[in-house]
Amino acid sequence: MLENILRTLPQVLFDGITLGTVYAVIALGYTMVYGILKLINFAHGEIFMTGAFIGTAILLAFSSLGWIGTLPIIILVLVAMFLTAGVTGAIGVGIERIAYRPLRKAPKLIALISAIGISFLLQDLVRFTTEFANDGNFYLIGPELFKSNINVPLSKMASFLSDASFKTSFLFVLVTAVALMIILDVFVNKTKWGMAMRAVAQDRDTAALMGVNVNKTISLTFFIGSALGGATGVLFAVQYGTIDPYIGFILGLKAFTAAVLGGIGNIRGAVLGGLIIGVVEMFAAANLSTLTNHVIGAEYKDVFAFIILILVLLFKPEGLLGKALHEKV
Amino acid sequence: MKSKKLLVIFSVVVLLLGVLSGCGSKKTTGDGSKVIKIATQTPLSGGSATLGEAIKLGAQMALEERKDEFSKLGYSLKLVPYDDQGDPKKGVSNANALCADKDVYAVVGHFNSGVAIPSSVVYEKNNVPMVSPSNTALEVTDRGLKTVNRICARDDLQAPSGAKFALDKLDAKTVFIIQDKTAYGSGLAEEFKKAFEKGGGKTVGYEGITVGEKDFNGVLNLVADKKPDLLYFAGTYPEGGLVIKQAREKGIKCPVLGADGLDSSTLVEIAGSSVKDVYLTSVAGDATKTETGKKFVENYSSKFNKQPESYSVYGYDCMQVILNALSKSIKDNGDKLPSKEKIRDAVRATKDFTGAMTTVTFDSKGDNENAKVYIYNFEEEKYPPTMVDEISK
Repeated sequence: MLENILRTLPQVLFDGITLGTVYAVIALGYTMVYGILKLINFAHGEIFMTGAFIGTAILLAFSSLGWIGTLPIIILVLVAMFLTAGVTGAIGVGIERIAYRPLRKAPKLIALISAIGISFLLQDLVRFTTEFANDGNFYLIGPELFKSNINVPLSKMASFLSDASFKTSFLFVLVTAVALMIILDVFVNKTKWGMAMRAVAQDRDTAALMGVNVNKTISLTFFIGSALGGATGVLFAVQYGTIDPYIGFILGLKAFTAAVLGGIGNIRGAVLGGLIIGVVEMFAAANLSTLTNHVIGAEYKDVFAFIILILVLLFKPEGLLGKALHEKV
Repeated sequence: MKSKKLLVIFSVVVLLLGVLSGCGSKKTTGDGSKVIKIATQTPLSGGSATLGEAIKLGAQMALEERKDEFSKLGYSLKLVPYDDQGDPKKGVSNANALCADKDVYAVVGHFNSGVAIPSSVVYEKNNVPMVSPSNTALEVTDRGLKTVNRICARDDLQAPSGAKFALDKLDAKTVFIIQDKTAYGSGLAEEFKKAFEKGGGKTVGYEGITVGEKDFNGVLNLVADKKPDLLYFAGTYPEGGLVIKQAREKGIKCPVLGADGLDSSTLVEIAGSSVKDVYLTSVAGDATKTETGKKFVENYSSKFNKQPESYSVYGYDCMQVILNALSKSIKDNGDKLPSKEKIRDAVRATKDFTGAMTTVTFDSKGDNENAKVYIYNFEEEKYPPTMVDEISK
């Protein structure tokens, strides 16, 4: 039994890390907004989905212009990501302005309901537009950009392992996502705007007294979070090929879990949480039925991920990397 | 106030006139023969309108071909098409309307099992027999209604036929089953497993996935590790397409078998070139594969100026079954029109009828004993797939 698990482990890790990086970058959006506003922005999963659609539309346009094949694919995808990030960032700022800012003084529950409303609105808007442009079909299939597979001949290195393989897009997704996270980390910790964001997160009123423009800082946070979400959407579409207007719900829920697992409000924690959830989910899907002798099957993989969340929260309620908040006087 | 009163009086008068004209309508046509109406109830609008229209046109074609035969007996046939919109509520209200018409003797329809089930309760009350071209749900006939018949196969024939095909034609000894945890998927998977193991095959894996997800690599790692001869997918095309695509990317080369849930052009779009070597079972056959079917396709396309859909020929055969029963019961009754109960029983008594596509013998529940399940194969990246085999009970 252990042999089996060990043999497939490298492949499980590859697949788990792919999924985990997607969760991680989405989790960043949740964690940043929570950090600064103490608001769970449930529309963030839908921003990710919208980004996936905008990105695929841009890539399809490139493909119909005949650019794919003539220009380097990586540059095309990066351009699509950049454009998408701009659009979804603007959508994020708009949502904050319309749906959250008027409610900033209202109880948190009201803003939460507003967020859920926005997420339904985006879902139906995207579904309607896609059906309109795509002959009444809301599944959108992007152009296939990375066709080749890379084989890792692990069985030659160690006989107890089996060969693993991954799509070339996996490397692209991984590198881009890591680059995004590093840039964000530097931005928040090293720049003046990052300092303003941290100041507003710590104490909004005092920050305002010190000359920080709170509204602008919050808008910026939303822009960055939503731009990241949109860019991840493009990565997701490139990796999996097919998207529909409802991908944001499940992925958003899991990314939110990842944010909580890592310690909500903490950027590095979100990344760690995303990777853990991704790998645990893959591991559970591949091994649950082997481990339990077919009593519990792969369909319970999500339960497994959530059990870990509950255990972590029981023993460390602030999350893996979160700091316990001291009561503000 | 006065104008309001006038309006009321006016509307009452109009209503009365309507009722009177309804009563006054003659049961005879210009040449003095009595009218027999046959209704069709299919979705003529909405998402399944193409197929609903196809069934109606098939039925219309059969009816027009046999008009002369009935006018010799002294009856004139008339088709009354109803639009059930694929909606159970609309189906029932149509059923009430058509049962209120004393000249309607039978119904071709419905397209959706979900509409047929409540509507047939109304038919049963009024002894109007229905013959369905496409209802596969077990409950349609399992309720034992005297009026309900179908000429296509039942859902519980799909999985065993798939298993038989896998064992005999694909030479599969081991199978890995993936199901989508819906009522449709898990029922199908369970039936397939039973039939496959009974036929001597071995199930090396039985796993579920969640509808709406996009990454199935976890489960597929298991499949790659077990190296089965066949991957059976019990679910619908959005997940099916991705499972097929991701399986091929993992180097899983074995054939993939599914059921009618995969039967969609979107499957080909999602899976792309990976769709090759994918098989599916369906209750609708390819009419161009038989002699009589070919003739039907020719007549249909020259009459209506378009190609028939998969269910057109089933609509045609349903109408033939009904008209055969009608003419037989008229002749048995000394050329007089018998009661609706007699016609109902005559439809159920259909035996060894050979239509353009199907042969029909109804059993005591109204299921067709000769119903077949057809196996299709995607030989290349295009829709529709090619029919490669047919399996009867």
